Amino acid sequence: MTTQPATTQMRAPLIDVRDLTKTYNLGEVTVHALRGITLRIEKSSFVAIMGASGSGKSTLMNLVGCLDRPTSGRYLLGGVPVESLDRDQLAGIRNQSIGFVFQNFNLLPRMSALENVELPLLYSSGDISNAAERAKRSLASVGLAGREHNLPTQLSGGQQQRVAIARALVNEPQILLADEPTGALDSRTSAEIMSIFQRLNRTQGITIIVVTHSDDVAKYADRVITFRDGQVVGDTLQKSPRGNSPEPILIGAPAGLSRPDVQTPEVQTIEVQK
Amino acid sequence: MKRLLSSMRIAFRALEVNKLRSALTMLGIVIGVAAVIATAAIGSGAKQRIQQQIASIGSNVIIVLPGSLTSSGMRMGSGNAVTLTESDARELPAQCPDVSLAVPLVRGGAQIVYENSNWATIVYGTTPGFLQARDLSVAEGSSFTQQDVDSANKVAVLGKTVVTNLFGDMDPVGQAIRIKNVPFTVVGVLEPKGQSPTGQDQDDVIILPISTAKRKVLGIKSANADAVDQIIMEAKSGTQIEPARDEAHALLRQRHHLLPSEDDDFSIRNMQEIFAAQEASSHIMSLMLAAVASVSLIVGGIGIMNIMLVSVRERTREIGLRQAVGAKTRDILTQFLVEAVTLSIAGGLAGVVLGIGASAIVSSLASWNTVVGAGSVLLAVFFSAVVGIGFGYYPARKAAYLDPIEALRSE
Repeated sequence: MTTQPATTQMRAPLIDVRDLTKTYNLGEVTVHALRGITLRIEKSSFVAIMGASGSGKSTLMNLVGCLDRPTSGRYLLGGVPVESLDRDQLAGIRNQSIGFVFQNFNLLPRMSALENVELPLLYSSGDISNAAERAKRSLASVGLAGREHNLPTQLSGGQQQRVAIARALVNEPQILLADEPTGALDSRTSAEIMSIFQRLNRTQGITIIVVTHSDDVAKYADRVITFRDGQVVGDTLQKSPRGNSPEPILIGAPAGLSRPDVQTPEVQTIEVQK
Repeated sequence: MKRLLSSMRIAFRALEVNKLRSALTMLGIVIGVAAVIATAAIGSGAKQRIQQQIASIGSNVIIVLPGSLTSSGMRMGSGNAVTLTESDARELPAQCPDVSLAVPLVRGGAQIVYENSNWATIVYGTTPGFLQARDLSVAEGSSFTQQDVDSANKVAVLGKTVVTNLFGDMDPVGQAIRIKNVPFTVVGVLEPKGQSPTGQDQDDVIILPISTAKRKVLGIKSANADAVDQIIMEAKSGTQIEPARDEAHALLRQRHHLLPSEDDDFSIRNMQEIFAAQEASSHIMSLMLAAVASVSLIVGGIGIMNIMLVSVRERTREIGLRQAVGAKTRDILTQFLVEAVTLSIAGGLAGVVLGIGASAIVSSLASWNTVVGAGSVLLAVFFSAVVGIGFGYYPARKAAYLDPIEALRSE
C-alpha cells in the first residue's frame, strides 16, 4: 500500500491534501467515506482516480472541487486552506479555479449551448460585457463553432459533453474535475472527449482529474490513484500515449492561470514526460 | 445590471415554461389587487358623491327645526311644535353676524292640476332667499320676488319632475295651474337637481311665496299664524358654521323667552353632521372591503410561496449546477426572488387592469361614480411586490442554502 506522492519533482503542489477524513452521520449509522487521505497533485498533471462504487473517490472529488468541506484534515488549494472558507468563498473558488464535467452533462435544458457556456461568467465578479464572445471562443475550442444556438436536446451526447467542457473552461480554470465524463457515451465518443482532455492538459497545462471505472479512460492519464474503503491503495505513474505537440494553444487570456485569490506557484512550465 | 437582466430572463423563461401554472398562481394576486382597486374606486366614488350632495344642498346650510311638542306626556317628534316663526327668520340674519341668510319654510302636500292632467307633489312656501340657501337656480322664466311674498301673489315655481308630469314637453311658463282649486301662474322652472342624499327626488316640488302658501294652500296653523316648519340658515362661510349656530341658538332662546332651566324648543342641525354619519358608514364599508382584499392578497402570496417551493424542488439539480459553477448564496436568492416578484407584480398589474375594468362596469351598471386613484394603483402594485418578496423569500432562501452535492445528485 503506497500513499506516497508519486511525483515530487515540481515545486509546490496545486492540490495538497493532508490526512483528510469525511464521515456522514446517517441516523445511527456513521459512514466513513474517507479515512485519512494524504495526496499531492502537481499543477498540470493528468490524474485518473479509480475504485469501486463507495470507495470514496467521489467524496474526494467533491472535497477537491470545493463543493464540500472535510470532517477533519487539511486541504490546501494553491496554498489556500479550503477547509476554513465559507460557502460563498468556496463558490468563488469553484467559479474561478475549477471546472466541472459530469457524467450526465448537467446542461440546463431550456438554454442554448451558448447560454449554458456563459453561465459561469454570470456568477464571476469580473467584467461580463464580453461574456458571449468568451463563451463562443470556448465552444469553438471544443469544436462546436456554429452550434451556439442549439438547445442541448438538439445535440448528440458527445456534443453535449463538449458543451459541458466548454462551460467548465470558460472561466479559464486551473483544474478540471471530471466525474465519469464518458459514463454516458459510447467508446468512440469517449475517445473524442478524452483526447480533448489530453489536449487541454498538454497545450494549456490545465490540471485534469478524472474519476472513472474504465481502464480505457485511465490510460490517458499520467498517474492513476486507486481507492478502496476510503483509503488510497494504489498510486502509480504511467506512460501514457502522449502526442508530440507540447505547443500551448490558449483559448483565452493566459491571465486566467494566475488568480490573485489562489496563490499559484510563480512560473509554470508544462512538464512533458517522454 | 447584466446579471440582474439575466436573472430576470431566467425567471421569465421559468415562468413561461409553466404558463398555466404561473397564470393560476398569479390569480390570487390578480383578484386581491383588483379588489383593492375596485374598492378604493367605489369608496372614493361614494365619498365624492356625498361631497357633491353636501355641496348641492349648500355646505354652509344650517337647519333650525321646531322642538318636539309634548301633548299629555306624549312627545310628538321634532317639527310638530309651532315655536319657530317668520319673525325669527327675519331677526336671525339681522342679529347674528355670522348668519348671512335665513329663510322660513312651510311644507305640505297638494294635488296640482293643469287642464286635464294632475300630479301630487310637495309644496314649499318660502321667500326668494330659498333658492340661494338650497343652491337652486331657475332654468326658465324667473323666481318669484319679495314683492310677490308681500302681496301674496298666486305665482309658482315648478320643479322639473312636476313640469314633466303636467306639461310634458310644453313650456309651462305663463300657464295657469290649479293648486287645491286655487289658480296660480307658473313664473319659472327650476334647474334639475336630482336625488337628495336621502333618495328623494328634489325636482318633485312646487315653490310658492310663503304668504300665499299659508293662506291659500296649506292653511294657517291655529296656534300661531306666524309659525313655520323650519328655518334654513346659511353661515357666511364654512368656518363660520359653528359660531353661526351658537349665535342662532342664543338668539332663539332669548326670543322664545326660555329660562336657563328650560330645554330648547327648537333644534339646530347642520348638513355636515347629517352626512358625517353617512360618510362614516361608507368608510367602514371600504375598510371591510380592504380587509377582504388584503386577505385575498395574503392567500395569493401563499399561492406564490407554494408554487415557488414546487419550483425549487423541481429545479434542485439546476440549482446544484449553478452552485457548482460558482453561484453564490445571493445569486440563487436573487434568482428566485426575482421570479416570485415577477409573478406577483405581473399579477398586480393584471389586477390593476381588472380592477379598473370592474370599476367601470360598476359605474355604468349602478350609475355610481367611481374614481380610480393613481395612489391606489401604486399602492396595489407596491403591495403585490411586497407580497412577492415576503412570500418568495422563504423558498428562495431554501434554494440558496441547498447543499450543492445533494442538489446535483437529485433527479
